[in-house]
Amino acid sequence: MKIFSVFDHYEGDVDAISYETVAIARKLADANNGTVVAVIMGHDVSDMAQSAIHHGADSAIVIDDATLKHFRIMAHGEALLKLAQDESPDIILLGANSNGRELAPYVAAKFGVGLASDCVDLEIDNGSLLATRPALAGNVMAKITFKKGTTQMATLRRRVYPALEADTSRSGDISTASAVLSEDDIPTKILGLETAEGEISLNDASIIVSGGRGVAGEEGFAPVKALADVLGGALGASRAAVDANWIPYKYQVGQTGQTVQPDLYIACGISGAIQHLAGMKTSKIIVAINKDPDAPIFQVANYGIVGDLFKYVPALTAEFEKRLK
Amino acid sequence: MEIVALMKQTPDTAQLSQRMDGLKLMAKGGPRIVNPWDEYALEAGIRLVEEHGGVCTILSMGKPETMEALKTGLAMGGKKTKAVFLGDPKFENSDSLCTARILAKAIQKVGDVSIVLAGKSAIDGDTANTAVQVAALLGMPYLGYVVEIKEVNVEEKTITVVRALEKGRETVTTTLPAVLSVLKELGEPRYASFMGIRKAAKAKIPRWGAKTLGLSPNEIGANGSLVAWPDVSLPPVKDANLEIIEGEPDEVAKVLADKLLAEKVI
Repeated sequence: MKIFSVFDHYEGDVDAISYETVAIARKLADANNGTVVAVIMGHDVSDMAQSAIHHGADSAIVIDDATLKHFRIMAHGEALLKLAQDESPDIILLGANSNGRELAPYVAAKFGVGLASDCVDLEIDNGSLLATRPALAGNVMAKITFKKGTTQMATLRRRVYPALEADTSRSGDISTASAVLSEDDIPTKILGLETAEGEISLNDASIIVSGGRGVAGEEGFAPVKALADVLGGALGASRAAVDANWIPYKYQVGQTGQTVQPDLYIACGISGAIQHLAGMKTSKIIVAINKDPDAPIFQVANYGIVGDLFKYVPALTAEFEKRLK
Repeated sequence: MEIVALMKQTPDTAQLSQRMDGLKLMAKGGPRIVNPWDEYALEAGIRLVEEHGGVCTILSMGKPETMEALKTGLAMGGKKTKAVFLGDPKFENSDSLCTARILAKAIQKVGDVSIVLAGKSAIDGDTANTAVQVAALLGMPYLGYVVEIKEVNVEEKTITVVRALEKGRETVTTTLPAVLSVLKELGEPRYASFMGIRKAAKAKIPRWGAKTLGLSPNEIGANGSLVAWPDVSLPPVKDANLEIIEGEPDEVAKVLADKLLAEKVI
Protein backbone atom coordinates (compact mmCIF):
# COMPACT_ATOMS: atom_id res chain seq x y z
CA MET A 1 0.00 0.00 0.00
CA LYS A 2 1.46 3.31 -1.11
CA ILE A 3 0.27 6.45 0.64
CA PHE A 4 1.02 9.96 -0.59
CA SER A 5 1.14 12.63 2.09
CA VAL A 6 1.11 16.06 0.48
CA PHE A 7 2.95 18.89 2.24
CA ASP A 8 1.83 22.50 2.35
CA HIS A 9 3.80 25.55 3.31
CA TYR A 10 3.53 29.32 3.39
CA GLU A 11 6.49 31.54 2.60
CA GLY A 12 8.96 28.80 3.39
CA ASP A 13 7.34 27.51 6.58
CA VAL A 14 5.79 24.06 6.61
CA ASP A 15 2.17 24.20 7.74
CA ALA A 16 1.85 22.14 10.94
CA ILE A 17 -1.06 20.21 9.42
CA SER A 18 1.46 18.58 7.05
CA TYR A 19 3.20 16.90 9.97
CA GLU A 20 -0.12 15.78 11.40
CA THR A 21 -1.08 14.35 8.02
CA VAL A 22 2.17 12.46 7.56
CA ALA A 23 1.76 11.06 11.09
CA ILE A 24 -1.66 9.58 10.33
CA ALA A 25 -0.31 8.30 7.01
CA ARG A 26 2.44 6.58 9.03
CA LYS A 27 -0.17 4.96 11.28
CA LEU A 28 -2.14 3.63 8.30
CA ALA A 29 1.02 2.40 6.58
CA ASP A 30 2.34 0.63 9.67
CA ALA A 31 -0.90 -1.27 10.11
CA ASN A 32 -1.03 -2.33 6.46
CA ASN A 33 2.52 -2.99 5.32
CA GLY A 34 2.53 0.28 3.50
CA THR A 35 4.94 3.03 2.64
CA VAL A 36 4.50 6.76 3.05
CA VAL A 37 5.73 9.06 0.31
CA ALA A 38 5.81 12.76 1.16
CA VAL A 39 5.02 15.00 -1.80
CA ILE A 40 6.48 18.48 -1.64
CA MET A 41 5.64 21.07 -4.26
CA GLY A 42 7.14 24.55 -4.18
CA HIS A 43 10.25 26.52 -4.99
CA ASP A 44 13.47 26.16 -2.98
CA VAL A 45 11.78 23.60 -0.75
CA SER A 46 14.21 20.70 -0.89
CA ASP A 47 15.02 20.96 2.85
CA MET A 48 11.39 20.12 3.58
CA ALA A 49 11.93 16.62 2.18
CA GLN A 50 14.34 15.68 4.95
CA SER A 51 12.00 17.11 7.53
CA ALA A 52 9.09 15.11 6.09
CA ILE A 53 11.12 11.92 6.47
CA HIS A 54 12.10 12.84 10.03
CA HIS A 55 8.40 13.26 10.77
CA GLY A 56 7.35 9.85 9.48
CA ALA A 57 7.63 9.57 5.68
CA ASP A 58 9.65 6.71 4.14
CA SER A 59 10.64 8.74 1.14
CA ALA A 60 9.90 12.06 -0.50
CA ILE A 61 9.24 13.37 -3.97
CA VAL A 62 10.05 17.02 -4.52
CA ILE A 63 8.63 19.07 -7.37
CA ASP A 64 10.70 22.24 -7.25
CA ASP A 65 9.70 24.85 -9.76
CA ALA A 66 9.38 28.63 -9.86
CA THR A 67 5.73 28.27 -10.95
CA LEU A 68 4.98 26.56 -7.65
CA LYS A 69 6.44 29.23 -5.36
CA HIS A 70 2.98 30.31 -4.17
CA PHE A 71 -0.02 28.04 -4.06
CA ARG A 72 -2.06 28.20 -7.24
CA ILE A 73 -4.68 25.53 -7.60
CA MET A 74 -4.13 24.80 -11.28
CA ALA A 75 -0.33 24.74 -11.15
CA HIS A 76 -0.18 22.57 -8.03
CA GLY A 77 -3.18 20.50 -9.07
CA GLU A 78 -1.80 19.53 -12.46
CA ALA A 79 1.59 18.66 -10.94
CA LEU A 80 0.02 16.45 -8.28
CA LEU A 81 -2.36 14.91 -10.80
CA LYS A 82 0.49 13.89 -13.09
CA LEU A 83 2.46 12.45 -10.20
CA ALA A 84 -0.58 10.48 -9.04
CA GLN A 85 -1.18 9.15 -12.55
CA ASP A 86 2.46 8.08 -12.85
CA GLU A 87 2.80 6.56 -9.39
CA SER A 88 -0.72 5.20 -8.76
CA PRO A 89 -0.74 5.60 -4.99
CA ASP A 90 -3.49 3.73 -3.16
CA ILE A 91 -4.22 6.72 -0.98
CA ILE A 92 -3.50 10.45 -1.19
CA LEU A 93 -3.76 12.44 2.03
CA LEU A 94 -3.65 16.20 2.40
CA GLY A 95 -4.16 18.55 5.31
CA ALA A 96 -7.60 20.16 5.35
CA ASN A 97 -6.25 23.69 5.42
CA SER A 98 -7.48 26.21 2.88
CA ASN A 99 -5.00 25.08 0.22
CA GLY A 100 -5.61 21.38 0.82
CA ARG A 101 -9.34 21.83 0.61
CA GLU A 102 -8.88 23.31 -2.88
CA LEU A 103 -6.13 21.05 -4.14
CA ALA A 104 -7.77 17.77 -3.11
CA PRO A 105 -11.13 18.22 -4.88
CA TYR A 106 -9.35 19.56 -7.98
CA VAL A 107 -7.16 16.48 -8.26
CA ALA A 108 -10.00 14.12 -7.32
CA ALA A 109 -12.19 15.57 -10.09
CA LYS A 110 -9.47 15.44 -12.75
CA PHE A 111 -8.27 12.01 -11.66
CA GLY A 112 -11.82 10.71 -11.28
CA VAL A 113 -11.34 9.38 -7.76
CA GLY A 114 -13.25 9.59 -4.48
CA LEU A 115 -12.52 12.15 -1.79
CA ALA A 116 -13.50 12.55 1.85
CA SER A 117 -12.93 16.09 3.09
CA ASP A 118 -12.05 17.44 6.50
CA CYS A 119 -11.80 14.06 8.20
CA VAL A 120 -11.31 13.60 11.92
CA ASP A 121 -10.29 9.96 11.68
CA LEU A 122 -8.93 7.64 9.01
CA GLU A 123 -8.60 3.86 9.09
CA ILE A 124 -8.13 1.02 6.66
CA ASP A 125 -11.01 -1.42 6.52
CA ASN A 126 -10.70 -4.41 4.22
CA GLY A 127 -7.92 -2.77 2.27
CA SER A 128 -9.99 0.34 1.66
CA LEU A 129 -9.92 3.75 3.28
CA LEU A 130 -12.67 4.41 5.82
CA ALA A 131 -12.98 8.04 6.81
CA THR A 132 -14.89 9.69 9.63
CA ARG A 133 -15.96 13.29 9.19
CA PRO A 134 -18.34 15.68 10.85
CA ALA A 135 -21.20 17.20 8.89
CA LEU A 136 -24.00 19.63 9.70
CA ALA A 137 -21.71 21.82 11.77
CA GLY A 138 -20.49 18.92 13.84
CA ASN A 139 -23.97 17.75 14.77
CA VAL A 140 -23.59 14.44 12.94
CA MET A 141 -20.65 12.16 12.20
CA ALA A 142 -20.51 10.35 8.87
CA LYS A 143 -18.43 7.34 7.93
CA ILE A 144 -17.30 7.68 4.33
CA THR A 145 -16.64 4.57 2.27
CA PHE A 146 -14.87 4.48 -1.08
CA LYS A 147 -15.54 2.58 -4.25
CA LYS A 148 -12.74 0.04 -4.59
CA GLY A 149 -10.24 -0.13 -7.38
CA THR A 150 -9.21 3.49 -7.60
CA THR A 151 -6.99 5.81 -5.63
CA GLN A 152 -8.72 7.12 -2.52
CA MET A 153 -8.24 10.66 -1.27
CA ALA A 154 -8.88 12.40 2.03
CA THR A 155 -8.06 15.65 3.77
CA LEU A 156 -7.36 15.64 7.50
CA ARG A 157 -8.79 18.31 9.80
CA ARG A 158 -6.33 20.31 11.83
CA ARG A 159 -5.46 19.35 15.34
CA VAL A 160 -7.22 15.99 15.45
CA TYR A 161 -4.15 13.77 15.06
CA PRO A 162 -0.82 14.56 16.72
CA ALA A 163 2.36 14.99 14.72
CA LEU A 164 5.31 12.72 15.48
CA GLU A 165 8.40 14.14 17.14
CA ALA A 166 11.12 14.67 14.55
CA ASP A 167 13.44 11.66 14.53
CA THR A 168 16.66 12.77 12.84
CA SER A 169 17.92 9.18 12.64
CA ARG A 170 15.25 8.39 10.04
CA SER A 171 16.43 8.48 6.45
CA GLY A 172 14.90 7.76 3.07
CA ASP A 173 15.08 8.36 -0.66
CA ILE A 174 14.47 11.83 -1.94
CA SER A 175 13.61 12.02 -5.62
CA THR A 176 12.36 14.75 -7.88
CA ALA A 177 9.57 15.16 -10.40
CA SER A 178 8.67 17.94 -12.78
CA ALA A 179 5.99 20.58 -12.81
CA VAL A 180 3.46 20.17 -15.61
CA LEU A 181 2.39 23.69 -16.53
CA SER A 182 4.77 26.41 -17.62
CA GLU A 183 4.10 29.97 -16.47
CA ASP A 184 2.45 30.75 -19.82
CA ASP A 185 -0.03 27.91 -19.30
CA ILE A 186 -1.21 29.23 -15.93
CA PRO A 187 -4.00 31.79 -16.32
CA THR A 188 -3.83 32.91 -12.69
CA LYS A 189 -1.23 35.48 -11.63
CA ILE A 190 -0.58 36.64 -8.11
CA LEU A 191 -0.27 40.43 -8.08
CA GLY A 192 0.34 40.92 -4.39
CA LEU A 193 0.67 39.04 -1.16
CA GLU A 194 0.11 40.62 2.20
CA THR A 195 1.00 38.57 5.23
CA ALA A 196 -0.91 39.32 8.40
CA GLU A 197 2.06 40.03 10.66
CA GLY A 198 2.13 39.34 14.33
CA GLU A 199 -1.14 37.48 14.49
CA ILE A 200 -1.78 33.88 15.26
CA SER A 201 -4.19 32.43 12.78
CA LEU A 202 -7.35 31.04 14.37
CA ASN A 203 -6.71 27.76 12.61
CA ASP A 204 -3.31 27.23 14.16
CA ALA A 205 -4.18 28.46 17.61
CA SER A 206 -4.19 26.06 20.53
CA ILE A 207 -5.77 28.82 22.63
CA ILE A 208 -8.49 31.21 21.46
CA VAL A 209 -10.00 34.03 23.49
CA SER A 210 -13.19 35.37 21.90
CA GLY A 211 -15.42 38.35 22.52
CA GLY A 212 -19.10 38.76 21.74
CA ARG A 213 -21.91 41.21 22.18
CA GLY A 214 -20.93 41.61 25.83
CA VAL A 215 -17.71 43.44 24.98
CA ALA A 216 -20.03 46.28 23.97
CA GLY A 217 -17.77 48.03 21.45
CA GLU A 218 -14.47 48.16 19.66
CA GLU A 219 -12.61 49.22 22.82
CA GLY A 220 -14.16 46.32 24.68
CA PHE A 221 -11.90 43.96 22.75
CA ALA A 222 -8.79 45.43 24.43
CA PRO A 223 -9.04 43.30 27.61
CA VAL A 224 -10.00 40.25 25.54
CA LYS A 225 -6.94 40.71 23.35
CA ALA A 226 -4.75 41.30 26.41
CA LEU A 227 -5.79 37.92 27.77
CA ALA A 228 -5.19 36.26 24.40
CA ASP A 229 -1.74 37.84 24.24
CA VAL A 230 -0.66 36.76 27.70
CA LEU A 231 -1.76 33.20 26.91
CA GLY A 232 -0.03 33.25 23.51
CA GLY A 233 -3.40 32.62 21.92
CA ALA A 234 -5.45 34.04 19.10
CA LEU A 235 -8.28 36.53 19.25
CA GLY A 236 -11.74 35.46 18.10
CA ALA A 237 -15.21 36.95 17.93
CA SER A 238 -18.86 36.09 17.61
CA ARG A 239 -20.93 37.11 14.63
CA ALA A 240 -22.72 39.74 16.70
CA ALA A 241 -19.44 41.53 17.37
CA VAL A 242 -18.37 41.28 13.73
CA ASP A 243 -21.73 42.49 12.41
CA ALA A 244 -21.52 45.48 14.77
CA ASN A 245 -18.18 46.34 13.11
CA TRP A 246 -16.27 46.11 16.35
CA ILE A 247 -13.79 43.66 14.86
CA PRO A 248 -12.98 42.42 11.33
CA TYR A 249 -14.70 39.39 9.85
CA LYS A 250 -11.55 37.27 9.78
CA TYR A 251 -11.92 36.82 13.55
CA GLN A 252 -15.43 35.39 13.32
CA VAL A 253 -15.91 31.94 14.78
CA GLY A 254 -19.06 30.03 13.87
CA GLN A 255 -21.25 28.85 11.06
CA THR A 256 -20.44 31.65 8.62
CA GLY A 257 -16.98 32.20 10.05
CA GLN A 258 -14.32 29.71 10.98
CA THR A 259 -14.63 26.34 12.63
CA VAL A 260 -11.98 26.00 15.30
CA GLN A 261 -10.88 23.28 17.65
CA PRO A 262 -8.35 24.68 20.10
CA ASP A 263 -7.27 23.09 23.38
CA LEU A 264 -8.72 26.06 25.23
CA TYR A 265 -11.53 28.38 24.13
CA ILE A 266 -12.41 31.29 26.39
CA ALA A 267 -15.73 32.92 25.45
CA CYS A 268 -16.09 36.43 26.87
CA GLY A 269 -19.54 37.99 26.70
CA ILE A 270 -20.74 35.48 24.11
CA SER A 271 -24.26 34.19 24.64
CA GLY A 272 -23.69 31.09 22.53
CA ALA A 273 -26.08 31.14 19.58
CA ILE A 274 -26.25 27.74 17.91
CA GLN A 275 -24.33 29.17 14.94
CA HIS A 276 -21.47 30.19 17.22
CA LEU A 277 -21.44 26.87 19.07
CA ALA A 278 -21.21 25.13 15.68
CA GLY A 279 -17.82 26.70 15.18
CA MET A 280 -16.22 25.98 18.54
CA LYS A 281 -18.03 23.38 20.59
CA THR A 282 -15.48 20.65 19.89
CA SER A 283 -12.77 22.67 21.64
CA LYS A 284 -11.10 20.58 24.31
CA ILE A 285 -11.77 22.91 27.25
CA ILE A 286 -14.28 25.75 27.08
CA VAL A 287 -14.43 28.59 29.58
CA ALA A 288 -17.45 30.89 29.44
CA ILE A 289 -17.65 34.31 31.06
CA ASN A 290 -21.09 35.85 30.85
CA LYS A 291 -23.38 37.99 32.98
CA ASP A 292 -26.41 35.89 32.11
CA PRO A 293 -26.42 32.55 33.98
CA ASP A 294 -28.91 31.19 31.44
CA ALA A 295 -26.75 31.95 28.38
CA PRO A 296 -26.56 28.83 26.17
CA ILE A 297 -22.77 29.08 26.06
CA PHE A 298 -22.74 27.55 29.56
CA GLN A 299 -24.29 24.35 28.15
CA VAL A 300 -21.08 23.55 26.29
CA ALA A 301 -18.64 25.04 28.80
CA ASN A 302 -16.40 23.14 31.21
CA TYR A 303 -15.85 26.16 33.45
CA GLY A 304 -18.17 29.07 33.88
CA ILE A 305 -17.90 32.50 35.43
CA VAL A 306 -21.18 34.36 35.86
CA GLY A 307 -20.24 37.99 36.00
CA ASP A 308 -18.92 41.09 34.29
CA LEU A 309 -16.20 40.26 31.80
CA PHE A 310 -14.61 43.66 32.33
CA LYS A 311 -13.84 42.63 35.92
CA TYR A 312 -12.98 38.97 35.41
CA VAL A 313 -10.99 39.08 32.17
CA PRO A 314 -8.38 41.58 33.43
CA ALA A 315 -8.09 39.56 36.66
CA LEU A 316 -7.36 36.44 34.58
CA THR A 317 -4.80 38.35 32.51
CA ALA A 318 -3.05 39.54 35.67
CA GLU A 319 -3.08 36.06 37.18
CA PHE A 320 -1.66 34.37 34.07
CA GLU A 321 0.95 37.09 33.74
CA LYS A 322 2.21 35.99 37.15
CA ARG A 323 1.96 32.26 36.53
CA LEU A 324 3.44 32.16 33.03
CA LYS A 325 6.43 34.37 33.73
CA MET B 1 -22.50 39.32 -18.83
CA GLU B 2 -23.87 35.90 -17.97
CA ILE B 3 -23.39 35.00 -14.33
CA VAL B 4 -24.31 31.77 -12.57
CA ALA B 5 -24.82 31.56 -8.81
CA LEU B 6 -24.83 28.04 -7.41
CA MET B 7 -27.22 27.49 -4.54
CA LYS B 8 -28.06 24.66 -2.19
CA GLN B 9 -31.01 24.30 0.11
CA THR B 10 -29.93 23.07 3.53
CA PRO B 11 -31.47 22.26 6.87
CA ASP B 12 -31.63 25.24 9.20
CA THR B 13 -29.18 24.63 12.02
CA ALA B 14 -31.05 27.22 14.11
CA GLN B 15 -33.68 24.48 14.56
CA LEU B 16 -31.23 22.34 16.51
CA SER B 17 -32.29 21.78 20.09
CA GLN B 18 -32.43 19.07 22.74
CA ARG B 19 -35.38 17.56 20.92
CA MET B 20 -34.14 18.17 17.38
CA ASP B 21 -30.73 16.52 17.10
CA GLY B 22 -28.56 16.47 14.00
CA LEU B 23 -29.96 13.21 12.66
CA LYS B 24 -33.58 14.29 13.04
CA LEU B 25 -32.77 17.62 11.41
CA MET B 26 -31.11 15.89 8.45
CA ALA B 27 -34.04 13.53 8.07
CA LYS B 28 -36.85 16.06 8.11
CA GLY B 29 -36.10 19.07 10.23
CA GLY B 30 -38.26 22.10 10.00
CA PRO B 31 -38.34 24.69 7.28
CA ARG B 32 -35.24 24.52 5.12
CA ILE B 33 -33.12 27.52 4.22
CA VAL B 34 -30.83 28.77 1.50
CA ASN B 35 -27.33 27.71 2.52
CA PRO B 36 -26.09 30.91 4.24
CA TRP B 37 -22.81 30.97 2.32
CA ASP B 38 -24.70 30.81 -0.98
CA GLU B 39 -26.56 34.01 -0.13
CA TYR B 40 -23.23 35.83 -0.33
CA ALA B 41 -22.59 34.25 -3.73
CA LEU B 42 -26.00 35.34 -5.01
CA GLU B 43 -25.53 38.85 -3.64
CA ALA B 44 -22.20 39.05 -5.46
CA GLY B 45 -23.91 37.84 -8.64
CA ILE B 46 -26.66 40.45 -8.40
CA ARG B 47 -24.09 43.20 -7.83
CA LEU B 48 -22.09 42.10 -10.87
CA VAL B 49 -25.25 42.24 -13.00
CA GLU B 50 -26.02 45.72 -11.63
CA GLU B 51 -22.58 46.86 -12.66
CA HIS B 52 -22.05 45.03 -15.93
CA GLY B 53 -25.53 44.10 -17.15
CA GLY B 54 -26.65 40.63 -18.15
CA VAL B 55 -28.40 38.20 -15.87
CA CYS B 56 -27.52 35.97 -12.94
CA THR B 57 -28.91 32.45 -13.31
CA ILE B 58 -29.41 30.65 -10.03
CA LEU B 59 -28.84 26.91 -10.30
CA SER B 60 -29.89 24.60 -7.51
CA MET B 61 -29.89 20.84 -7.42
CA GLY B 62 -32.03 18.99 -4.93
CA LYS B 63 -35.41 17.61 -4.07
CA PRO B 64 -38.61 19.36 -5.20
CA GLU B 65 -38.69 21.57 -2.09
CA THR B 66 -35.54 23.21 -3.49
CA MET B 67 -37.97 25.33 -5.54
CA GLU B 68 -38.52 27.33 -2.35
CA ALA B 69 -34.83 28.21 -2.17
CA LEU B 70 -34.86 29.26 -5.82
CA LYS B 71 -37.87 31.49 -5.16
CA THR B 72 -36.06 33.07 -2.24
CA GLY B 73 -33.20 33.81 -4.64
CA LEU B 74 -35.50 35.28 -7.28
CA ALA B 75 -37.17 37.42 -4.63
CA MET B 76 -33.75 38.86 -3.78
CA GLY B 77 -32.61 39.40 -7.34
CA GLY B 78 -35.83 40.27 -9.18
CA LYS B 79 -35.33 40.89 -12.90
CA LYS B 80 -31.59 40.53 -12.54
CA THR B 81 -32.03 36.85 -11.83
CA LYS B 82 -33.36 33.71 -13.45
CA ALA B 83 -33.61 30.31 -11.82
CA VAL B 84 -33.31 26.73 -12.96
CA PHE B 85 -34.14 23.74 -10.79
CA LEU B 86 -31.88 20.75 -11.34
CA GLY B 87 -34.16 17.99 -10.17
CA ASP B 88 -34.29 14.32 -11.02
CA PRO B 89 -34.63 11.24 -8.82
CA LYS B 90 -31.55 9.97 -10.65
CA PHE B 91 -29.53 12.79 -9.06
CA GLU B 92 -30.16 11.54 -5.54
CA ASN B 93 -27.19 10.32 -3.48
CA SER B 94 -24.73 12.03 -5.78
CA ASP B 95 -21.35 12.61 -4.17
CA SER B 96 -19.61 15.94 -4.66
CA LEU B 97 -18.05 14.93 -7.97
CA CYS B 98 -21.38 13.73 -9.43
CA THR B 99 -22.99 16.93 -8.19
CA ALA B 100 -20.24 18.94 -9.85
CA ARG B 101 -20.80 16.99 -13.07
CA ILE B 102 -24.50 17.88 -13.04
CA LEU B 103 -23.80 21.54 -12.25
CA ALA B 104 -21.09 21.74 -14.91
CA LYS B 105 -23.50 20.43 -17.57
CA ALA B 106 -26.12 22.92 -16.46
CA ILE B 107 -23.60 25.79 -16.64
CA GLN B 108 -22.75 24.75 -20.18
CA LYS B 109 -26.43 24.67 -21.03
CA VAL B 110 -26.95 28.19 -19.67
CA GLY B 111 -24.25 29.09 -22.17
CA ASP B 112 -21.60 31.79 -22.51
CA VAL B 113 -21.21 32.13 -18.74
CA SER B 114 -18.44 34.50 -17.62
CA ILE B 115 -18.45 34.00 -13.87
CA VAL B 116 -19.73 31.15 -11.73
CA LEU B 117 -20.20 32.06 -8.07
CA ALA B 118 -20.47 29.68 -5.15
CA GLY B 119 -20.47 29.91 -1.39
CA LYS B 120 -17.51 28.65 0.62
CA SER B 121 -19.29 25.43 1.51
CA ALA B 122 -22.72 24.08 2.31
CA ILE B 123 -23.49 23.99 6.02
CA ASP B 124 -24.91 20.46 5.87
CA GLY B 125 -22.37 18.38 3.94
CA ASP B 126 -19.57 20.90 4.44
CA THR B 127 -17.27 19.23 1.93
CA ALA B 128 -16.40 22.50 0.15
CA ASN B 129 -15.58 20.27 -2.84
CA THR B 130 -18.28 21.00 -5.36
CA ALA B 131 -17.34 24.46 -6.66
CA VAL B 132 -13.69 23.46 -7.12
CA GLN B 133 -14.78 20.34 -8.97
CA VAL B 134 -17.11 22.33 -11.22
CA ALA B 135 -14.11 24.47 -12.18
CA ALA B 136 -11.92 21.41 -12.71
CA LEU B 137 -14.51 19.71 -14.92
CA LEU B 138 -15.11 22.86 -16.98
CA GLY B 139 -11.39 23.65 -17.20
CA MET B 140 -12.04 27.11 -15.75
CA PRO B 141 -9.69 28.91 -13.36
CA TYR B 142 -10.87 28.78 -9.75
CA LEU B 143 -10.48 31.53 -7.18
CA GLY B 144 -11.50 30.51 -3.68
CA TYR B 145 -12.16 32.51 -0.48
CA VAL B 146 -12.80 35.72 -2.41
CA VAL B 147 -13.39 38.72 -0.14
CA GLU B 148 -13.30 41.49 -2.74
CA ILE B 149 -13.83 41.74 -6.48
CA LYS B 150 -11.50 44.55 -7.50
CA GLU B 151 -12.11 44.59 -11.22
CA VAL B 152 -13.95 42.74 -13.94
CA ASN B 153 -12.62 43.66 -17.37
CA VAL B 154 -15.29 42.54 -19.80
CA GLU B 155 -13.28 43.50 -22.88
CA GLU B 156 -10.10 41.76 -21.84
CA LYS B 157 -11.99 38.94 -20.15
CA THR B 158 -10.09 39.15 -16.89
CA ILE B 159 -11.02 39.41 -13.24
CA THR B 160 -8.95 40.66 -10.32
CA VAL B 161 -9.91 39.74 -6.77
CA VAL B 162 -8.59 39.65 -3.22
CA ARG B 163 -8.52 36.22 -1.62
CA ALA B 164 -8.33 35.54 2.10
CA LEU B 165 -5.49 33.19 2.97
CA GLU B 166 -5.02 31.64 6.37
CA LYS B 167 -2.02 33.85 7.01
CA GLY B 168 -2.77 36.89 4.90
CA ARG B 169 -4.39 38.15 1.74
CA GLU B 170 -3.58 37.75 -1.91
CA THR B 171 -4.48 39.95 -4.85
CA VAL B 172 -4.82 37.75 -7.86
CA THR B 173 -5.94 38.05 -11.45
CA THR B 174 -7.18 35.42 -13.85
CA THR B 175 -8.98 34.95 -17.13
CA LEU B 176 -12.71 34.64 -17.66
CA PRO B 177 -14.69 32.48 -17.59
CA ALA B 178 -13.83 31.56 -14.00
CA VAL B 179 -15.38 30.00 -10.91
CA LEU B 180 -15.26 31.96 -7.63
CA SER B 181 -16.15 30.93 -4.13
CA VAL B 182 -16.90 33.90 -1.93
CA LEU B 183 -16.84 34.81 1.73
CA LYS B 184 -19.14 37.01 3.76
CA GLU B 185 -16.87 40.04 3.53
CA LEU B 186 -17.93 40.51 -0.09
CA GLY B 187 -21.23 41.99 1.06
CA GLU B 188 -24.31 41.27 3.11
CA PRO B 189 -27.14 39.72 1.13
CA ARG B 190 -30.00 42.11 0.45
CA TYR B 191 -33.49 41.50 1.73
CA ALA B 192 -36.18 40.49 -0.70
CA SER B 193 -38.66 43.26 -1.46
CA PHE B 194 -42.37 42.69 -1.02
CA MET B 195 -42.85 42.94 -4.79
CA GLY B 196 -39.93 40.61 -5.32
CA ILE B 197 -41.50 37.99 -3.10
CA ARG B 198 -44.86 38.29 -4.87
CA LYS B 199 -43.30 37.98 -8.31
CA ALA B 200 -41.06 35.10 -7.28
CA ALA B 201 -44.03 33.22 -5.87
CA LYS B 202 -45.62 33.21 -9.31
CA ALA B 203 -42.42 32.54 -11.27
CA LYS B 204 -42.35 29.48 -13.48
CA ILE B 205 -39.03 27.82 -12.80
CA PRO B 206 -37.80 25.33 -15.40
CA ARG B 207 -36.57 21.92 -14.30
CA TRP B 208 -33.61 20.27 -15.96
CA GLY B 209 -33.14 16.54 -15.37
CA ALA B 210 -30.55 13.99 -16.42
CA LYS B 211 -32.02 13.62 -19.89
CA THR B 212 -32.14 17.37 -20.54
CA LEU B 213 -28.51 17.65 -19.49
CA GLY B 214 -27.38 14.61 -21.48
CA LEU B 215 -26.14 12.72 -18.43
CA SER B 216 -26.19 8.95 -18.36
CA PRO B 217 -27.31 7.17 -15.19
CA ASN B 218 -23.88 5.67 -14.55
CA GLU B 219 -22.20 9.06 -14.14
CA ILE B 220 -24.61 10.48 -11.57
CA GLY B 221 -26.38 9.50 -8.36
CA ALA B 222 -25.33 6.51 -6.29
CA ASN B 223 -24.18 4.68 -9.45
CA GLY B 224 -21.72 7.34 -10.46
CA SER B 225 -20.52 8.22 -6.97
CA LEU B 226 -17.08 7.19 -5.78
CA VAL B 227 -17.81 7.73 -2.11
CA ALA B 228 -20.84 6.86 -0.01
CA TRP B 229 -21.92 7.62 3.54
CA PRO B 230 -23.78 4.52 4.72
CA ASP B 231 -23.31 5.27 8.38
CA VAL B 232 -24.31 8.64 9.79
CA SER B 233 -24.63 8.94 13.54
CA LEU B 234 -24.72 11.48 16.32
CA PRO B 235 -21.30 12.63 17.50
CA PRO B 236 -20.12 11.38 20.88
CA VAL B 237 -21.56 13.50 23.65
CA LYS B 238 -18.92 15.78 25.07
CA ASP B 239 -18.42 15.38 28.77
CA ALA B 240 -19.03 19.01 29.62
CA ASN B 241 -19.74 18.96 33.32
CA LEU B 242 -20.05 22.64 33.86
CA GLU B 243 -18.28 23.89 36.93
CA ILE B 244 -19.22 27.40 37.93
CA ILE B 245 -16.45 29.25 39.71
CA GLU B 246 -17.74 31.89 42.10
CA GLY B 247 -16.05 34.67 44.00
CA GLU B 248 -14.24 37.94 43.59
CA PRO B 249 -12.35 38.36 40.30
CA ASP B 250 -8.86 37.77 41.71
CA GLU B 251 -9.98 34.66 43.64
CA VAL B 252 -11.78 33.27 40.59
CA ALA B 253 -8.72 33.95 38.46
CA LYS B 254 -6.51 31.97 40.85
CA VAL B 255 -8.88 28.98 40.91
CA LEU B 256 -9.36 28.98 37.15
CA ALA B 257 -5.63 29.31 36.50
CA ASP B 258 -4.99 26.27 38.73
CA LYS B 259 -7.60 24.26 36.88
CA LEU B 260 -6.47 25.20 33.39
CA LEU B 261 -2.84 24.49 34.23
CA ALA B 262 -3.92 21.12 35.67
CA GLU B 263 -5.85 20.39 32.45
CA LYS B 264 -2.58 21.06 30.59
CA VAL B 265 -4.28 23.30 28.06
CA ILE B 266 -1.97 26.22 28.82
